[in-house]
Amino acid sequence: MSTYYNPSDLAKFGNISEWQPEMGRKFFDYYGEVFKEGALSEREKSLIALAVAHVVQCPYCIDAYTSDALQKGADEAQMMEAVHVGAAIKGGATLVHATMMMNKAKELTM
Amino acid sequence: MKSLHAQHHALADSAYQLTVLNPAETVGTSFPPFAGKLRAAGLLPLRPTAISVLQVNVGKMCNQVCKHCHVDAGPDRTEIMTRETMQQCLDALAQTDIEVVDLTGGAPEMNPDFRWFVEGISALGRQIIVRCNLTIIVANKKYNDLPEFFARHGVRVVSSLPHFAAGRTDAQRGEGVFERSIRALGMLNAVGYGVEGSGLNLDLVYNPSGAFLPGSQISLEREFKQRLGREHHVTFNNLLAITNLPVSRFLDYLVESGNYDGYMDKLVQAYNPVAAANVMCRSTVSVGWDGLLYDCDFNQMLDLPVTGNASRHIRDFDLASLEARSIVVNQHCYGCTAGAGSSCGGATA
Repeated sequence: MSTYYNPSDLAKFGNISEWQPEMGRKFFDYYGEVFKEGALSEREKSLIALAVAHVVQCPYCIDAYTSDALQKGADEAQMMEAVHVGAAIKGGATLVHATMMMNKAKELTM
Repeated sequence: MKSLHAQHHALADSAYQLTVLNPAETVGTSFPPFAGKLRAAGLLPLRPTAISVLQVNVGKMCNQVCKHCHVDAGPDRTEIMTRETMQQCLDALAQTDIEVVDLTGGAPEMNPDFRWFVEGISALGRQIIVRCNLTIIVANKKYNDLPEFFARHGVRVVSSLPHFAAGRTDAQRGEGVFERSIRALGMLNAVGYGVEGSGLNLDLVYNPSGAFLPGSQISLEREFKQRLGREHHVTFNNLLAITNLPVSRFLDYLVESGNYDGYMDKLVQAYNPVAAANVMCRSTVSVGWDGLLYDCDFNQMLDLPVTGNASRHIRDFDLASLEARSIVVNQHCYGCTAGAGSSCGGATA
């Protein structure tokens, strides 16, 4: 193995069921159900998945959901805005914790 | 941008395209033969059901040079159908009950006998589809009245608009095409096309501007209607999602961008036997600009004519022999059987 991530492994995602078929089946059934058109369109779900893929920094997911978002009719502007939403939440999540720091610092200082 | 033909590009040669699609194992990735998939589904030899559509390619001349064009059409292409061949099409139609005549090109309107031909088909009482690229309507004053002309003959207008975002459309069809297309759509709407209750049908064609498959036709239609309505006050009837086939300029794009193997793999992985049973070549005969007969417009561009004892030229048109033919298939056919299927009428499964 020359790298931790191998692009060809993406196509092997389904193989995770081999060592735990029942849980694997339940996961993929759920996964399939989640991405079906519902109150949100397939394109909106794909854009959410793309944003989350960036936040969790999963190369497989970024690869898969870049293709998927294009296929579902998203354009580059929508895709980049989705990533900014993810970035804003991740940045915001860091910064909102500063209130804890501020509380603690105020507690300890005169 | 010039056509592959004008560039003397290797892929302008249909025989070379077939070599790329069917590489020797030592040269490239070999994908399972399409015919084998049909055999497994009990569909080989592939036979017509009943021929209800005569698709006529009236020429390769076009005002656009789209990057994905399977015809390799453009302003530098001079192959166009003569009035004599059009008359042979009318004679063939007169002896059959074929309901629909689907006119394509190039930009079919650029053929000098286009209107004469439409009037002739209209007089026979057949439904006419014109695959209009939209920009032709605003390309020159002499085309500005096309919406009224179409309306007079009850033509169903089917027009490519690969995306509701200008950038994505222009990337595929050329700089400024989106803006001109929207202007032309406005002119079609103004005479009633795509307007509820008018009886004048305006359908848009979505095809991916890249190496990916189309998504759900229903979802895309909803999105297109919302965006085009809200941002451009444009209305239309149906959206047809069509897969790009690895032929001519789209094949060139796939090879040049390093996407060929990945795209073919996507098509093969997405093979759908239901779509295979519904392929459009089972109900269509395609006529080339020179009158030769083909199973579809893609086979036409790959110079794969009808085989067997079927009539070979529109002047010898014999419906019974054509309905008894075996349809010629090759690796590009995976494009019509992937996912929800694809045809000139959109998804098939």
